[in-house]
Amino acid sequence: MTEATGPERVRSAEQIELSHREAGAGVVPRNDAGRWAAKVDRLDVVARDGVRGTNVAGRRLTGPVQGFGKMWQKTYRLTAGAAVTPEQAITTWKAHFPEFWPKGNRFAGALTGISPGDVALLDLAIGGGVKLSTGVFVLYADEESFTLMTPQGHMFAGWITFSAEGTPAGTVIQAQVLMRANDPLYEVAMTLGGHRKEDVFWVQTLTALGHRLGAADTTVTTRNVCVDSSRQWRNAGNVWHNSMVRSVLQTLAAPVTALRRRG
Amino acid sequence: MDATGVTMGVRHIGADVAVVDIKGEVTAACEPVLMSAYEEAGGPGTSRLVLNFAGLEYMNSGGIGMLVTLLVRANRQRQQLAAYGLSNHYREIFELTRLDEAITIYDDEASALVGAAT
Repeated sequence: MTEATGPERVRSAEQIELSHREAGAGVVPRNDAGRWAAKVDRLDVVARDGVRGTNVAGRRLTGPVQGFGKMWQKTYRLTAGAAVTPEQAITTWKAHFPEFWPKGNRFAGALTGISPGDVALLDLAIGGGVKLSTGVFVLYADEESFTLMTPQGHMFAGWITFSAEGTPAGTVIQAQVLMRANDPLYEVAMTLGGHRKEDVFWVQTLTALGHRLGAADTTVTTRNVCVDSSRQWRNAGNVWHNSMVRSVLQTLAAPVTALRRRG
Repeated sequence: MDATGVTMGVRHIGADVAVVDIKGEVTAACEPVLMSAYEEAGGPGTSRLVLNFAGLEYMNSGGIGMLVTLLVRANRQRQQLAAYGLSNHYREIFELTRLDEAITIYDDEASALVGAAT
């Protein structure tokens, strides 16, 4: 089930499905200390098995302000049912995050799961036998949500928030992306099928999580809203960091690199 | 304060500057409150909008996302956004998310009003 909305029809919050939990926020004073990552200027990387691990070390984080393309808010939701609480759903999601990804994609994070400040390395299948090597930074994590932010060179500049909320129909799990394509090349790629591919990726991820949580119905709803249809041409130079281009070059150069290491 | 956990009062400073006083929790749930305040503050004559975070008690990543949405709306109207009253903790979050590159942060209201006017 998919719905897309153009920018001219976006007024504000009523079109962005609000969490039942968040709607009740403020009843009990909360404290966000320890839930946000400490400030970093550039990313440090710990080598991880099973991924190339390139295009992340030394990169800066990028939010929607630093991106190039149209700004999208993409929301994927699945009702997991009443047998699992929001906290249990998020605990499972955090602890087994890579296991729910579609085949052919690798997420190499800390063994301890998802914690603020962690940097995970990614190898993403982009076709033609090429893996796009990039990463994500754990920006925020609490008992009912966690947020990943992307570095320079990633397909998009922005963040993805994974959350769970209690509703009368049971616990609903959600992945919500707020993003702009990072540079003009990615904007073209997203327009020519990248958005559809990303939708499929997160639908498959939520479906797999729904199965793990014992959901009776694993139908995922998708809602895509174009929040800003303008492109930020001042950020077109982001293409210098493009991890897709660099990953292709790294793949082509791999035999030479291996020979040099042996020599 | 209603169930969203936040109140936002609007003060007009002169003909083209407005201050939004934010008290409570900034999460995605408070977007209707913020957008309502924006409607009141960001009329056709307003060129500068200053967010006062001195009363901020809690903010999650949904709140940061909501501020990005506000920024988009302000940019469409060619309005400048500024902020003051952020604790060191929240100032670091603005820097971490690089929101400070679009919303200029000041130490106090006087600086924000003067800075936004330049």
